Amino acid sequence: MHLPLLFPSFPAATPPVPVKMADKPVPVVEKRLMDVKLGELPRWVAGRNLTPNGLVAGVFGAYDRYYNKYINVKKGGIGGVAMFLFGYVAISYVWSYEHLKHDRWRKYH
Amino acid sequence: MTLSLFNQFLSPSLMWTPLAAIALALPWALFPRQTARWVNNRLLSLQSWFLGQFTQQIFLPINNPGHKWALLLASLMLFLITLNTTGLLPYTFTPTTQLSMNMGFAIPLWLATVILGLWTQPTQALGHLLPEGTPTPLIPVLIIIETISLFIRPIALGVRLTANLTAGHLLIQLISSATSVLLSILPAVATFTITLLFLLTLLEVAVAMIQAYVFVLLLSLYLQENV
Repeated sequence: MHLPLLFPSFPAATPPVPVKMADKPVPVVEKRLMDVKLGELPRWVAGRNLTPNGLVAGVFGAYDRYYNKYINVKKGGIGGVAMFLFGYVAISYVWSYEHLKHDRWRKYH
Repeated sequence: MTLSLFNQFLSPSLMWTPLAAIALALPWALFPRQTARWVNNRLLSLQSWFLGQFTQQIFLPINNPGHKWALLLASLMLFLITLNTTGLLPYTFTPTTQLSMNMGFAIPLWLATVILGLWTQPTQALGHLLPEGTPTPLIPVLIIIETISLFIRPIALGVRLTANLTAGHLLIQLISSATSVLLSILPAVATFTITLLFLLTLLEVAVAMIQAYVFVLLLSLYLQENV
């Protein structure tokens, strides 16, 4: 099957390849968090449902996604719970940083 | 100087949210809800097994009307054991080191058992104030003593849990700060303190679980007397 010579730059030996279209641009707000670029982050956060109901739904949704990905699996290991607890330790550190930063250069503890 | 030892028991706030709120919400996240499936994931199976064993053990000596307390005591046990053990992780906040919270658990639950006993079987509940076979001259004194011991129960429950956990955390902080200071001065002594710290941490893990169990066990004993 021969295409008409619309693209004369193509070598004759290669099979005819249709021109690819780029992926349609998606509005920033509808992207998943992992696909959002850092510069677009404030716009993404502003576009989400920030009502109390929306926030609660967001928390529960995140919990459900984590649970179904790491814990509710056939042969879940300690990794799911361990990651969660490590995140809890990290959050506790962030929460107590204001208090902890004074200990760093103190001479007598 | 002495003030800084107890600073670890303050709950730091960020954006008007105390860390205690996150610490109190953690047990909810760690224990998934039961499903209707026959075979669940490993965490849920482990949890069901533990709850079954625990509830059977605790409610063995309690008669049938007392079994209504199974949900309350089992959830209390899970809550306390999670708070205690996750409090041993670095930088975390342990809500059970706060006397206010432990008294908040102890007093209402103890009072509930006492009121239950006085309401359903007042004679027997009051009869507990005098052990059988008491010599007659001792009766008045013993009734006073037993009443005092009855009223001291909630205080003992709350303070036991608070004191054990607070003391454990304090010891860990003291020995670890001693170790970090000694590492630069006398490394040989520091190895001794490191071993001590390791053993202490093991002890604290055990104490965390045992204290939660003792709290719930004593409540079940008070329930057994009164129901």
